[in-house]
Amino acid sequence: MSYCRQEGKDKIIFVTKEDHATPSNAELIADDPNDPYEDHGLVLPNGEINWNCPCLGGMASGPCGEQFKAAFSCFHYSQEEVKGSDCLDQFRAMQECMQKYPDLYPQEDEEEVSSKDKEGTELETEPPEASAADDQKSS
Amino acid sequence: MRPPLSKELWFSDDANVTETLRFKQWNGKERSIFFQPPSFYVSPEELITAENGGVSVLTGRKVVHLDVRENKVRLDDGTLISYDKCLIATGGTPRNLPAIERASEEVKKRTTLFRKVSDFRALEKLSSNIGSITIIGGGFLGSELACALGHRGQKSGLEVIQMFPESGNMGKILPEYLSHWTTDKVKSEGVNVLTDAVVKSVRYQNGKLHIQLKDGRQVQTDHIVAAVGLEPNTELAKSAGLELDGDFGGYRVNAELQARNNVWVAGDAACFYDIKLGRRRVEHHDHAVVSGRLAGENMTGAAKPYWHQSMFWSDLGPEVGYEAIGIVDSALPTVGVFAKATEKDTPKRASEETGTGIRSEHDGNEITESQSQAPESAPSVPAPAQQGESYGKGVVFYLRDNVVVGIVLWNVFNRMPIARKIIKDGEQHADLNEVAKLFNIHEE
Repeated sequence: MSYCRQEGKDKIIFVTKEDHATPSNAELIADDPNDPYEDHGLVLPNGEINWNCPCLGGMASGPCGEQFKAAFSCFHYSQEEVKGSDCLDQFRAMQECMQKYPDLYPQEDEEEVSSKDKEGTELETEPPEASAADDQKSS
Repeated sequence: MRPPLSKELWFSDDANVTETLRFKQWNGKERSIFFQPPSFYVSPEELITAENGGVSVLTGRKVVHLDVRENKVRLDDGTLISYDKCLIATGGTPRNLPAIERASEEVKKRTTLFRKVSDFRALEKLSSNIGSITIIGGGFLGSELACALGHRGQKSGLEVIQMFPESGNMGKILPEYLSHWTTDKVKSEGVNVLTDAVVKSVRYQNGKLHIQLKDGRQVQTDHIVAAVGLEPNTELAKSAGLELDGDFGGYRVNAELQARNNVWVAGDAACFYDIKLGRRRVEHHDHAVVSGRLAGENMTGAAKPYWHQSMFWSDLGPEVGYEAIGIVDSALPTVGVFAKATEKDTPKRASEETGTGIRSEHDGNEITESQSQAPESAPSVPAPAQQGESYGKGVVFYLRDNVVVGIVLWNVFNRMPIARKIIKDGEQHADLNEVAKLFNIHEE
């Protein structure tokens, strides 16, 4: 059972697992989903892509940031039956840029590393470039 | 990033770590302490013509004048650079002890003010060549270095002494009981900790440094590391007409980190207005990331206030690891809720499970709220200190006007979103033990 003591201005409570087994009755304020200051996921409340999303692993900045954004946007908004099939030019441009910076965009072991990285991160994203983004973050 | 300079780099098994500056995170993955490899940056000459712009770093030059009317900076070689928006992120310079500033050159050249890669390299080398190192300072840097060196000393025989004016390690941050408990842990890392120690003078004699304390104690050692805080670099205030903060130091900026029309300040040098917690200045890695990002957003028109609280973390040996957020000042009243720790609750364990050694980067998990109605739990009964009382694992709330303004997660990991939420709410809570339940401190 729990017990507490006071040391000057500091209160110390020791609790057993059983003491904390009952649900908390502390009240938290419900989050405003449209909070303009709060960090959002990949898609902003207004439908635009959030290029600051940590889920992009910084891919939207850096020397191939513009190319990445062009390819990613194209894929994201693609209405084609095979999603992104209208984005080949953009993806090619991104690949060409990335090949110039092997330090920044390592090509090898992409699949293996990125799948590990995803654990614990909430990726609401879709395409292969998101895993490349994750790979980048950890390098 | 600096945190590995007093943490992981000391525990690397790579003999060339001082050259590579790469460190194995606890999960086994390697990374460099550098933010980006050199190829990330565009050379300053090419910046103007680069199709999509880029980031250039001009090194070896110092900005000596900032003209906020003309939107120009002048370098020490006379070059003028014009800007549309300017961010000042000048960081800080380590303070020294007056007793060492008064001392002879012989003392000064045996003193390290630890801040840079070169300081890490020098101290790393010294630690295997000399017999005794004394760390002055009981804060984050001093305590982390003491543990790192103490760990080495247990193998090599290096004597490691840590001294500071407070009664325990992290005495300005942690409540006294926890600070004292931490000191016991630092001692068990092989560190000879001298508390309540105020340095009066230091002299060099017969090949040794002699540290004289105010209470008469004397310490002999070969080298001193002074880790006594940071002075923000604010030399540009004068030419730019920028206001400095008299209490916290640093450039005074508003909630959007703005100093003047086209001038922002971020990181250690910024004394900013936190719209939840009031005026602050923060010297931590994650704050540099968070405030740098915010300033960048605002320089491109976001008009966002400081809102997302930064966090920080520290590890002191294998048994003490903590993360904190908000205002954690041991002068505030605190409520600590502790459980008995198991061997699984170590910093190592946390990094292994989340797959990142940089704790601020895995801070994106959803809050799991347990809002259901529950019967009141039995009130805690007051009791005297009990035998074997252990602060292995818990959560400490720091209160101002009965509102939680800071939280330390003590050997409890991956709960930062909950802590951030409680600070953001800024509500009074009748029973903080109920709030503590949200952290599942017993969960493995």
